[in-house]
Amino acid sequence: MEHGSFTDNSAATFSLTDEDHTIANAVRFTLNQDPRVTFCGYSIPHPSEARVNIRVQTTGDPAREVLKDACQNLMLMCRHVRCTFDKAVEHFKASNAVKALKIDSQDSSGDDSEESE
Amino acid sequence: MAEGVGEEKKKFSIWDLPDVPMGQLPPHLELQRSRVSCNKDAPIHTESIQYSGAYASMGIDNSSRLDRFSNNFRVEVVQLNKDDMEFDMIGIDAAIANSFRGILIAELPTMAIEKVLIANNTSIIQDEVLAHRLGLVPIRVDPRLFEYLSENDQPNEKNTIVFKLHVQCKRGSPRITVKLDALKWLPNGSELVKETRNATSDSSSKPETYTYFGCSQEIIPEFVKNPIIPKYPDIIIAKLGPGQEIELEAHAVKGIGKTHAKWSPVATAWYRMLPELRIDCNCRFLLF
Repeated sequence: MEHGSFTDNSAATFSLTDEDHTIANAVRFTLNQDPRVTFCGYSIPHPSEARVNIRVQTTGDPAREVLKDACQNLMLMCRHVRCTFDKAVEHFKASNAVKALKIDSQDSSGDDSEESE
Repeated sequence: MAEGVGEEKKKFSIWDLPDVPMGQLPPHLELQRSRVSCNKDAPIHTESIQYSGAYASMGIDNSSRLDRFSNNFRVEVVQLNKDDMEFDMIGIDAAIANSFRGILIAELPTMAIEKVLIANNTSIIQDEVLAHRLGLVPIRVDPRLFEYLSENDQPNEKNTIVFKLHVQCKRGSPRITVKLDALKWLPNGSELVKETRNATSDSSSKPETYTYFGCSQEIIPEFVKNPIIPKYPDIIIAKLGPGQEIELEAHAVKGIGKTHAKWSPVATAWYRMLPELRIDCNCRFLLF
Protein backbone atom coordinates (compact mmCIF):
# COMPACT_ATOMS: atom_id res chain seq x y z
CA MET A 1 0.00 0.00 0.00
CA GLU A 2 1.39 3.41 -0.90
CA HIS A 3 0.41 6.62 0.85
CA GLY A 4 1.51 9.48 -1.31
CA SER A 5 0.16 12.53 -3.09
CA PHE A 6 -1.03 12.68 -6.67
CA THR A 7 0.81 15.87 -7.47
CA ASP A 8 4.20 15.04 -5.98
CA ASN A 9 5.28 11.44 -6.41
CA SER A 10 8.80 11.86 -5.16
CA ALA A 11 7.83 11.25 -1.54
CA ALA A 12 5.67 8.41 -0.30
CA THR A 13 5.13 6.04 2.57
CA PHE A 14 4.80 2.36 1.73
CA SER A 15 2.90 0.18 4.16
CA LEU A 16 3.86 -3.51 3.93
CA THR A 17 1.77 -6.13 5.67
CA ASP A 18 3.11 -9.36 7.14
CA GLU A 19 6.64 -7.96 7.35
CA ASP A 20 9.00 -7.02 10.14
CA HIS A 21 12.50 -5.71 10.78
CA THR A 22 14.06 -8.46 8.68
CA ILE A 23 13.15 -6.97 5.34
CA ALA A 24 12.59 -3.38 6.44
CA ASN A 25 16.10 -2.82 7.77
CA ALA A 26 17.69 -4.48 4.75
CA VAL A 27 15.59 -2.37 2.31
CA ARG A 28 16.37 0.76 4.30
CA PHE A 29 20.07 0.01 3.94
CA THR A 30 19.92 -0.41 0.16
CA LEU A 31 17.66 2.65 -0.16
CA ASN A 32 20.20 4.75 1.70
CA GLN A 33 22.94 3.70 -0.69
CA ASP A 34 20.98 5.14 -3.64
CA PRO A 35 22.17 8.71 -4.36
CA ARG A 36 18.67 9.76 -5.48
CA VAL A 37 17.28 9.35 -1.98
CA THR A 38 17.16 12.32 0.39
CA PHE A 39 15.41 10.59 3.26
CA CYS A 40 14.39 7.07 4.07
CA GLY A 41 13.34 5.30 7.22
CA TYR A 42 11.03 2.62 8.51
CA SER A 43 8.77 2.26 11.51
CA ILE A 44 6.63 -0.45 13.01
CA PRO A 45 3.36 1.14 14.16
CA HIS A 46 2.59 -1.57 16.70
CA PRO A 47 4.61 -4.68 17.56
CA SER A 48 1.57 -6.92 17.75
CA GLU A 49 0.56 -6.09 14.21
CA ALA A 50 2.86 -7.36 11.45
CA ARG A 51 2.99 -4.12 9.48
CA VAL A 52 5.91 -1.94 8.42
CA ASN A 53 5.85 1.63 7.11
CA ILE A 54 8.76 2.58 4.87
CA ARG A 55 9.12 6.30 4.11
CA VAL A 56 11.04 7.35 0.97
CA GLN A 57 11.77 10.90 -0.16
CA THR A 58 13.78 11.38 -3.34
CA THR A 59 15.34 14.17 -5.39
CA GLY A 60 12.59 14.18 -8.01
CA ASP A 61 12.39 10.55 -9.16
CA PRO A 62 9.12 8.76 -8.34
CA ALA A 63 9.45 7.09 -4.97
CA ARG A 64 7.93 3.85 -6.25
CA GLU A 65 10.66 3.38 -8.84
CA VAL A 66 13.39 4.11 -6.31
CA LEU A 67 11.94 1.54 -3.92
CA LYS A 68 11.74 -1.02 -6.70
CA ASP A 69 15.36 -0.38 -7.62
CA ALA A 70 16.41 -0.73 -4.00
CA CYS A 71 14.61 -4.08 -3.72
CA GLN A 72 16.26 -5.22 -6.94
CA ASN A 73 19.67 -4.21 -5.58
CA LEU A 74 18.99 -6.13 -2.40
CA MET A 75 18.08 -9.20 -4.42
CA LEU A 76 21.28 -8.98 -6.43
CA MET A 77 23.32 -8.46 -3.28
CA CYS A 78 21.79 -11.54 -1.67
CA ARG A 79 22.41 -13.57 -4.81
CA HIS A 80 26.04 -12.53 -4.78
CA VAL A 81 26.33 -13.41 -1.10
CA ARG A 82 24.86 -16.83 -1.83
CA CYS A 83 27.34 -17.53 -4.65
CA THR A 84 30.29 -16.38 -2.59
CA PHE A 85 29.13 -18.43 0.38
CA ASP A 86 28.71 -21.60 -1.67
CA LYS A 87 32.17 -21.18 -3.15
CA ALA A 88 33.72 -20.57 0.26
CA VAL A 89 32.10 -23.69 1.73
CA GLU A 90 33.27 -25.84 -1.18
CA HIS A 91 36.76 -24.42 -0.87
CA PHE A 92 36.78 -25.14 2.85
CA LYS A 93 35.57 -28.69 2.37
CA ALA A 94 38.15 -29.31 -0.35
CA SER A 95 41.00 -27.92 1.71
CA ASN A 96 39.88 -29.93 4.73
CA ALA A 97 39.80 -33.09 2.67
CA VAL A 98 43.34 -32.37 1.53
CA LYS A 99 44.44 -31.79 5.14
CA ALA A 100 42.87 -35.07 6.22
CA LEU A 101 44.73 -36.87 3.44
CA LYS A 102 47.99 -35.26 4.50
CA ILE A 103 47.50 -36.35 8.11
CA ASP A 104 46.64 -39.87 7.01
CA SER A 105 49.72 -40.16 4.82
CA GLN A 106 51.96 -38.83 7.60
CA ASP A 107 50.56 -41.36 10.08
CA SER A 108 50.85 -44.29 7.73
CA SER A 109 54.45 -43.54 6.78
CA GLY A 110 55.41 -43.64 10.48
CA ASP A 111 56.60 -40.04 10.54
CA ASP A 112 57.42 -38.61 13.94
CA SER A 113 57.63 -35.08 12.70
CA GLU A 114 54.86 -32.76 13.82
CA GLU A 115 52.34 -31.35 11.46
CA SER A 116 53.63 -27.99 10.32
CA GLU A 117 50.56 -25.76 10.10
CA MET B 1 43.67 44.73 4.66
CA ALA B 2 42.14 45.43 1.26
CA GLU B 3 44.72 46.48 -1.29
CA GLY B 4 42.38 47.70 -4.02
CA VAL B 5 38.68 47.96 -4.55
CA GLY B 6 38.39 45.33 -7.27
CA GLU B 7 40.51 42.61 -5.66
CA GLU B 8 38.80 39.46 -4.37
CA LYS B 9 39.48 38.21 -0.88
CA LYS B 10 41.51 35.01 -0.94
CA LYS B 11 39.32 32.02 -0.10
CA PHE B 12 40.90 29.60 2.33
CA SER B 13 40.01 25.93 1.99
CA ILE B 14 40.71 23.20 4.50
CA TRP B 15 41.83 20.90 1.72
CA ASP B 16 44.80 23.11 1.09
CA LEU B 17 46.32 22.13 4.37
CA PRO B 18 49.22 19.78 3.74
CA ASP B 19 48.26 16.93 6.07
CA VAL B 20 44.59 16.40 5.08
CA PRO B 21 44.31 13.44 2.65
CA MET B 22 42.55 14.29 -0.61
CA GLY B 23 39.53 12.28 -1.67
CA GLN B 24 39.37 10.37 1.57
CA LEU B 25 37.93 11.05 4.94
CA PRO B 26 40.23 12.39 7.61
CA PRO B 27 41.35 9.52 9.87
CA HIS B 28 39.18 10.44 12.84
CA LEU B 29 36.06 10.50 10.65
CA GLU B 30 37.04 7.25 8.98
CA LEU B 31 37.31 5.70 12.44
CA GLN B 32 33.88 7.04 13.28
CA ARG B 33 32.37 5.71 10.09
CA SER B 34 33.78 2.22 10.06
CA ARG B 35 34.38 1.19 13.67
CA VAL B 36 32.25 0.76 16.76
CA SER B 37 34.39 1.94 19.69
CA CYS B 38 33.94 0.49 23.14
CA ASN B 39 34.11 3.24 25.70
CA LYS B 40 34.16 2.92 29.44
CA ASP B 41 30.39 2.97 29.91
CA ALA B 42 28.95 2.08 26.53
CA PRO B 43 29.92 1.50 22.90
CA ILE B 44 29.73 4.57 20.64
CA HIS B 45 29.23 5.03 16.89
CA THR B 46 27.04 1.93 16.81
CA GLU B 47 24.73 3.05 14.03
CA SER B 48 26.43 2.71 10.68
CA ILE B 49 26.51 5.82 8.48
CA GLN B 50 24.47 4.43 5.59
CA TYR B 51 23.27 7.62 3.94
CA SER B 52 24.94 8.01 0.57
CA GLY B 53 25.25 11.75 0.86
CA ALA B 54 26.58 11.80 4.41
CA TYR B 55 29.93 13.25 3.42
CA ALA B 56 28.71 15.08 0.33
CA SER B 57 30.00 18.44 1.51
CA MET B 58 33.47 16.93 1.55
CA GLY B 59 33.01 15.50 -1.90
CA ILE B 60 33.16 11.89 -0.74
CA ASP B 61 30.67 9.33 -1.99
CA ASN B 62 29.47 7.12 0.85
CA SER B 63 27.33 4.86 -1.28
CA SER B 64 28.45 1.28 -1.67
CA ARG B 65 27.40 0.48 -5.19
CA LEU B 66 26.76 -3.08 -6.23
CA ASP B 67 29.98 -3.44 -8.23
CA ARG B 68 32.11 -2.22 -5.36
CA PHE B 69 30.26 -4.57 -3.03
CA SER B 70 30.74 -7.52 -5.38
CA ASN B 71 34.45 -6.88 -5.63
CA ASN B 72 35.11 -6.43 -1.94
CA PHE B 73 32.80 -9.02 -0.42
CA ARG B 74 34.44 -12.19 0.89
CA VAL B 75 33.32 -15.17 2.94
CA GLU B 76 35.76 -17.23 5.00
CA VAL B 77 34.60 -20.40 6.70
CA VAL B 78 36.19 -20.84 10.10
CA GLN B 79 34.72 -24.19 11.02
CA LEU B 80 32.16 -26.50 9.50
CA ASN B 81 30.87 -29.48 11.46
CA LYS B 82 27.81 -31.61 10.99
CA ASP B 83 25.76 -29.61 13.45
CA ASP B 84 27.32 -26.17 13.58
CA MET B 85 29.17 -23.76 11.43
CA GLU B 86 31.08 -20.52 11.88
CA PHE B 87 32.05 -18.20 9.07
CA ASP B 88 33.21 -14.63 8.53
CA MET B 89 31.53 -12.24 6.13
CA ILE B 90 33.84 -9.39 5.16
CA GLY B 91 32.46 -6.29 3.50
CA ILE B 92 28.82 -6.56 4.47
CA ASP B 93 26.75 -4.24 6.60
CA ALA B 94 25.22 -5.20 9.93
CA ALA B 95 21.69 -4.63 8.58
CA ILE B 96 21.99 -7.40 5.99
CA ALA B 97 23.77 -9.73 8.40
CA ASN B 98 20.99 -9.27 10.92
CA SER B 99 18.39 -10.01 8.26
CA PHE B 100 20.20 -13.27 7.47
CA ARG B 101 20.19 -14.16 11.15
CA GLY B 102 16.46 -13.46 11.44
CA ILE B 103 15.70 -15.53 8.37
CA LEU B 104 17.82 -18.43 9.67
CA ILE B 105 15.88 -18.53 12.90
CA ALA B 106 12.35 -17.80 11.75
CA GLU B 107 11.82 -18.29 8.05
CA LEU B 108 13.51 -21.51 6.96
CA PRO B 109 11.08 -24.41 6.68
CA THR B 110 11.51 -27.73 8.45
CA MET B 111 9.33 -30.72 9.30
CA ALA B 112 7.92 -31.09 12.78
CA ILE B 113 5.12 -33.08 14.37
CA GLU B 114 1.93 -31.05 14.37
CA LYS B 115 -1.00 -33.42 14.94
CA VAL B 116 -0.88 -36.23 17.48
CA LEU B 117 -3.73 -38.74 17.38
CA ILE B 118 -3.75 -40.46 20.76
CA ALA B 119 -5.52 -43.79 20.87
CA ASN B 120 -4.54 -44.77 24.37
CA ASN B 121 -2.59 -42.97 27.07
CA THR B 122 -2.69 -44.38 30.56
CA SER B 123 0.67 -42.94 31.61
CA ILE B 124 1.10 -40.11 34.06
CA ILE B 125 2.23 -37.75 31.30
CA GLN B 126 -0.80 -35.77 30.20
CA ASP B 127 -1.93 -35.93 26.55
CA GLU B 128 -1.11 -32.35 25.78
CA VAL B 129 2.28 -32.50 27.46
CA LEU B 130 3.11 -35.61 25.46
CA ALA B 131 1.98 -33.94 22.24
CA HIS B 132 4.00 -30.83 23.04
CA ARG B 133 7.14 -32.87 23.63
CA LEU B 134 6.65 -34.79 20.40
CA GLY B 135 6.24 -31.51 18.51
CA LEU B 136 9.65 -30.29 19.65
CA VAL B 137 11.44 -33.41 18.40
CA PRO B 138 13.87 -32.74 15.51
CA ILE B 139 13.27 -35.01 12.52
CA ARG B 140 16.08 -35.94 10.15
CA VAL B 141 14.56 -35.24 6.77
CA ASP B 142 15.08 -32.71 3.98
CA PRO B 143 12.06 -30.35 4.06
CA ARG B 144 12.56 -29.42 0.40
CA LEU B 145 11.11 -32.81 -0.56
CA PHE B 146 7.75 -31.88 0.95
CA GLU B 147 5.03 -29.31 0.33
CA TYR B 148 3.14 -27.17 2.75
CA LEU B 149 -0.16 -28.49 4.05
CA SER B 150 -2.93 -25.90 4.18
CA GLU B 151 -6.33 -26.26 5.81
CA ASN B 152 -8.08 -27.21 2.60
CA ASP B 153 -5.59 -29.89 1.61
CA GLN B 154 -5.86 -33.51 2.49
CA PRO B 155 -2.85 -35.03 4.19
CA ASN B 156 -1.08 -37.15 1.59
CA GLU B 157 2.37 -38.53 0.97
CA LYS B 158 3.63 -35.20 -0.39
CA ASN B 159 2.98 -33.13 2.69
CA THR B 160 2.83 -35.42 5.74
CA ILE B 161 5.12 -37.80 7.55
CA VAL B 162 3.41 -40.32 9.84
CA PHE B 163 5.02 -41.80 12.94
CA LYS B 164 3.66 -44.36 15.35
CA LEU B 165 4.42 -44.92 19.00
CA HIS B 166 3.09 -47.96 20.83
CA VAL B 167 4.73 -48.77 24.14
CA GLN B 168 3.41 -50.84 26.98
CA CYS B 169 4.80 -51.58 30.38
CA LYS B 170 3.49 -54.96 31.51
CA ARG B 171 2.33 -55.54 35.05
CA GLY B 172 5.07 -56.92 37.20
CA SER B 173 7.90 -55.60 35.03
CA PRO B 174 10.06 -52.65 36.16
CA ARG B 175 9.41 -49.09 34.99
CA ILE B 176 10.51 -48.31 31.46
CA THR B 177 11.74 -45.12 29.88
CA VAL B 178 10.25 -44.34 26.50
CA LYS B 179 12.96 -42.95 24.25
CA LEU B 180 12.63 -41.64 20.72
CA ASP B 181 13.84 -44.83 19.10
CA ALA B 182 10.39 -46.27 19.91
CA LEU B 183 8.89 -43.83 17.38
CA LYS B 184 8.44 -45.77 14.16
CA TRP B 185 8.07 -44.27 10.71
CA LEU B 186 4.99 -45.41 8.76
CA PRO B 187 5.77 -44.90 5.07
CA ASN B 188 2.32 -46.11 4.02
CA GLY B 189 0.38 -43.52 5.92
CA SER B 190 -1.90 -43.57 8.86
CA GLU B 191 -3.12 -46.87 10.30
CA LEU B 192 -5.81 -45.44 12.54
CA VAL B 193 -9.20 -46.05 11.02
CA LYS B 194 -11.71 -43.20 10.85
CA GLU B 195 -15.19 -44.01 12.06
CA THR B 196 -17.52 -43.57 9.11
CA ARG B 197 -21.19 -42.93 9.62
CA ASN B 198 -22.65 -45.05 6.82
CA ALA B 199 -23.13 -48.68 7.79
CA THR B 200 -23.60 -49.69 4.17
CA SER B 201 -19.88 -49.53 3.38
CA ASP B 202 -18.72 -52.98 2.41
CA SER B 203 -15.99 -54.62 4.40
CA SER B 204 -13.90 -55.45 1.32
CA SER B 205 -13.03 -51.82 0.58
CA LYS B 206 -10.06 -50.30 2.38
CA PRO B 207 -11.14 -48.53 5.56
CA GLU B 208 -10.69 -44.78 5.56
CA THR B 209 -7.78 -43.56 7.64
CA TYR B 210 -6.66 -40.11 8.68
CA THR B 211 -4.30 -39.68 5.75
CA TYR B 212 -4.78 -40.30 2.07
CA PHE B 213 -1.48 -41.70 0.85
CA GLY B 214 -1.51 -42.40 -2.87
CA CYS B 215 1.67 -44.37 -2.79
CA SER B 216 4.17 -45.40 -0.16
CA GLN B 217 6.87 -42.95 0.80
CA GLU B 218 9.41 -45.76 0.85
CA ILE B 219 9.81 -45.84 -2.89
CA ILE B 220 11.16 -42.28 -3.10
CA PRO B 221 14.91 -42.82 -3.63
CA GLU B 222 16.05 -40.32 -1.02
CA PHE B 223 14.12 -42.19 1.64
CA VAL B 224 15.48 -45.54 0.56
CA LYS B 225 18.99 -44.34 1.37
CA ASN B 226 18.06 -42.35 4.49
CA PRO B 227 14.84 -43.54 6.13
CA ILE B 228 13.06 -40.83 8.07
CA ILE B 229 13.92 -41.08 11.74
CA PRO B 230 14.23 -38.58 14.56
CA LYS B 231 17.67 -37.08 14.70
CA TYR B 232 18.56 -38.06 18.25
CA PRO B 233 17.11 -41.47 19.17
CA ASP B 234 17.98 -41.16 22.86
CA ILE B 235 15.65 -38.28 23.76
CA ILE B 236 13.30 -39.30 26.57
CA ILE B 237 9.62 -38.83 25.76
CA ALA B 238 7.91 -40.38 28.75
CA LYS B 239 8.34 -42.85 31.58
CA LEU B 240 5.92 -45.69 32.15
CA GLY B 241 5.12 -47.58 35.29
CA PRO B 242 3.72 -51.14 35.34
CA GLY B 243 0.37 -51.47 33.59
CA GLN B 244 0.63 -48.19 31.68
CA GLU B 245 0.46 -47.89 27.94
CA ILE B 246 0.88 -45.23 25.27
CA GLU B 247 -0.48 -45.74 21.78
CA LEU B 248 -0.44 -42.78 19.41
CA GLU B 249 0.13 -41.65 15.87
CA ALA B 250 1.97 -38.43 15.05
CA HIS B 251 1.69 -36.49 11.80
CA ALA B 252 4.56 -34.17 10.86
CA VAL B 253 4.09 -31.27 8.46
CA LYS B 254 6.21 -28.48 6.99
CA GLY B 255 6.25 -25.09 8.65
CA ILE B 256 8.44 -22.09 9.50
CA GLY B 257 9.78 -20.83 12.80
CA LYS B 258 7.56 -17.73 12.76
CA THR B 259 4.47 -19.87 13.37
CA HIS B 260 5.99 -21.92 16.17
CA ALA B 261 9.55 -22.33 17.40
CA LYS B 262 9.45 -26.09 16.86
CA TRP B 263 9.85 -25.45 13.14
CA SER B 264 13.05 -23.45 13.58
CA PRO B 265 15.91 -25.33 11.90
CA VAL B 266 18.66 -23.85 14.09
CA ALA B 267 19.27 -24.22 17.80
CA THR B 268 20.28 -20.59 17.50
CA ALA B 269 22.10 -18.29 15.12
CA TRP B 270 24.00 -15.21 16.05
CA TYR B 271 26.43 -12.73 14.57
CA ARG B 272 28.95 -10.36 16.04
CA MET B 273 31.37 -7.83 14.63
CA LEU B 274 35.01 -8.75 14.41
CA PRO B 275 36.85 -7.26 17.39
CA GLU B 276 39.95 -5.19 16.71
CA LEU B 277 42.42 -4.58 19.47
CA ARG B 278 44.63 -1.54 19.24
CA ILE B 279 47.43 -1.31 21.75
CA ASP B 280 48.88 2.12 22.28
CA CYS B 281 52.64 1.88 21.89
CA ASN B 282 53.15 4.64 24.39
CA CYS B 283 51.92 2.43 27.18
CA ARG B 284 54.50 2.47 29.92
CA PHE B 285 53.23 -0.43 31.95
CA LEU B 286 53.94 -4.05 31.12
CA LEU B 287 50.76 -5.99 30.49
CA PHE B 288 51.96 -9.14 32.22
